[in-house]
Amino acid sequence: MSHNFAVEASGLYKIFGKKPREALNKLRAGASREEIAGLGTAAVIDASFDVKPGEIFVVMGLSGSGKSTLIRMLNGLWEPTAGSVRVMGKEIAGIPASKLREIRRESISMVFQHFALLPHRTVLDNAAYALEIQGVPAAERRARAMDILARVGLEGWEQKMPGQLSGGMQQRVGLARALASDTDVLLMDEAFSALDPLIRREMQEQLVDLQRDLGKTIIFITHDLNEAMFLGDRIAVMRDGRIVQVGTPDEILTDPANDYVAQFVHDVDRARVLTAEGVMEAPHAVVQLSAGPRAALRVMRDRQTSTVFVLGPGRTLLGVVRDREVLDLVRAGARDLSPALRETAATVTRDSLLVDLFEPAAESPMPVAVVDDQNRLVGTVPRVTLLAALANVQPVITAENAIIAPATVPVDVITATLRATGDAPESATTSTGGHA
Amino acid sequence: MIAPMTGGWDRFLETGRVPLGEWVESIEKFVTTNLSGFFDVIRAIFKGMYDAVDTVFAGPPFWIIILVLVLAGLWVRGWKFALGMLAGLLLVVGVSQWENAMHTLALVIVASVIALIIAVPLGILTARSDTASAIVRPILDFLQTMPAFVYLIPALVLFRVGVVPGIVATIIFALAPGVRFTELGIRGVDREVVEAGQAFGASPGRILRQIQLPLAMPTIMAGVNQVIMLSLSMVVIAGMVGAEGLGTDVVAGLTQLNTGLGVEAGIGVVILAVYLDRMTAALAKPRQRRFPRKRAAAAQETPAPVAA
Repeated sequence: MSHNFAVEASGLYKIFGKKPREALNKLRAGASREEIAGLGTAAVIDASFDVKPGEIFVVMGLSGSGKSTLIRMLNGLWEPTAGSVRVMGKEIAGIPASKLREIRRESISMVFQHFALLPHRTVLDNAAYALEIQGVPAAERRARAMDILARVGLEGWEQKMPGQLSGGMQQRVGLARALASDTDVLLMDEAFSALDPLIRREMQEQLVDLQRDLGKTIIFITHDLNEAMFLGDRIAVMRDGRIVQVGTPDEILTDPANDYVAQFVHDVDRARVLTAEGVMEAPHAVVQLSAGPRAALRVMRDRQTSTVFVLGPGRTLLGVVRDREVLDLVRAGARDLSPALRETAATVTRDSLLVDLFEPAAESPMPVAVVDDQNRLVGTVPRVTLLAALANVQPVITAENAIIAPATVPVDVITATLRATGDAPESATTSTGGHA
Repeated sequence: MIAPMTGGWDRFLETGRVPLGEWVESIEKFVTTNLSGFFDVIRAIFKGMYDAVDTVFAGPPFWIIILVLVLAGLWVRGWKFALGMLAGLLLVVGVSQWENAMHTLALVIVASVIALIIAVPLGILTARSDTASAIVRPILDFLQTMPAFVYLIPALVLFRVGVVPGIVATIIFALAPGVRFTELGIRGVDREVVEAGQAFGASPGRILRQIQLPLAMPTIMAGVNQVIMLSLSMVVIAGMVGAEGLGTDVVAGLTQLNTGLGVEAGIGVVILAVYLDRMTAALAKPRQRRFPRKRAAAAQETPAPVAA
């Protein structure tokens, strides 16, 4: 069962000072961090979390929140005062130094804030350092290091010394060193914090790409919330040694556990974090193509809108129809809705960031359609929802404000038309589908 | 050993004088009677080392040694230094102090090497253990502040007149900076780099060899430089106990009030000091710095780091 998680931490404490045991007992009995200050400094208090294989797990907190101490307990650089750490199912708290070194060689590597390269060795030898420690023969480790260096974009720099490289490139060497070791888990301690913003962004993107290719489990420490939101599959927010919330970026942003987290996320660029899926509404104004023009017209009348989405088999999105053209079809007695079908102006995928929704939303009066990878309509994002999400107010969606494209044909005209041509009972052919 | 100490104690009760000197003397007497074999072995080893090194420097004709020293200076520091040293060393020959200078050089080299063999491991130990550091530090303070002449007395008793008591007193006197600089250098190595070694599963020995010592090397070399300089400053004192060399003539100049002789021998010390100091200081710097021209060329080939 232990291999369900790459890293499991439970009840971790780290207390620096003269009387850690006493401080620990008091903390466990409910004392606050300030109350035990005389006995020692509690850097990490009762931290528990699990990291799934292949996940990017971000630990975020301000300096002094204990995140660096926490990450150093995960590979045993600091011995926990209490609690357990399991890496790939193996307990590492309290094991002998030689066993610990073995686990570090095989299972868990690390990238450092200030790169921590060996300045007297070439880029290639630095990248191969972990393999050297593992005892890999020289020729093989050089080949593997070359391969990884090329992957991180350092081809041609192998024989340079670290001091000849820019900060961003040095950290690529640090990343290459950790990747070359081929461990399952990668710890990254403020790995991009010392870099310029532009290079930091580039490195973040590269890390996401590399993670996708190599499937490493990454535990990433940062004080930068935007970085946490960009990288993290899940985020643990730390404050004063305690983990105050663990959740996906969306959860942290839309449902902060307490005022501290709320304040923290206040300044986040929400448009770059929230996804279409996170804010979308259930699609209401939809009609099946097979239901025909009359059904479409009826939906338009009920929803008081000029356009509806048209779905094919399996809820695939075919396009939209507009009220005037549907009205003409109904008047002409047509049974098929296809002649009125137009291409959907704006579709996005579920994981599109809100920042990518502005343009489609501006171009079309319709709500932006959200589709999955099989082009099935899963939701819509009306403009009002988009704005509400950015302002972090709970959008009050009513029939009135959800309608972005108001009816262009008066309701009584539609009703009259339906009555004049129709015979079928209204409810039988209506397909709203919104609550399916 | 115990009896004279208690005797001293009785006298302290009578007169109020602390019989520290008597205790030291009784320890000395104990050591000379019971451990003389041990000190004879040490004496033989040190004497052997000195003779070997002395033969290398004082044996061949002076111009061969000068050529070697000047070429080494050219290699390490460049032509200006080599030219200056050539003039200086020829001056030493000119005032007939060449042989003395070579004896002194041999003494300094032997004493420095032995001091470093003791000091560097001790420095590594004190860098790793705060307890060891707390114990060793006051001892080093004691060794450094005790007047150097005082070491000569027991050294004379234990090793008899000659070059060996000079070497021993020099080692003790010059030891401290070697230990201190080594400790400082290793403690000053970037914590993160050491952590990197640990994080990838390197053993403590490997971290010491591959990370701590190489990165601490400039500081350790500064310590080596200091050890050599302190050794050189001891040669005159060593001359007083019969170690042949420049010190002998300085002492002779002093006892005969012969300023000329004193200055001639003193100049020799100065020139040796400048040579050894500049050479070890240059070696303390990173390797590339030794080839200024080649390095400039290499820098041109290197593409500027792109802000990738």
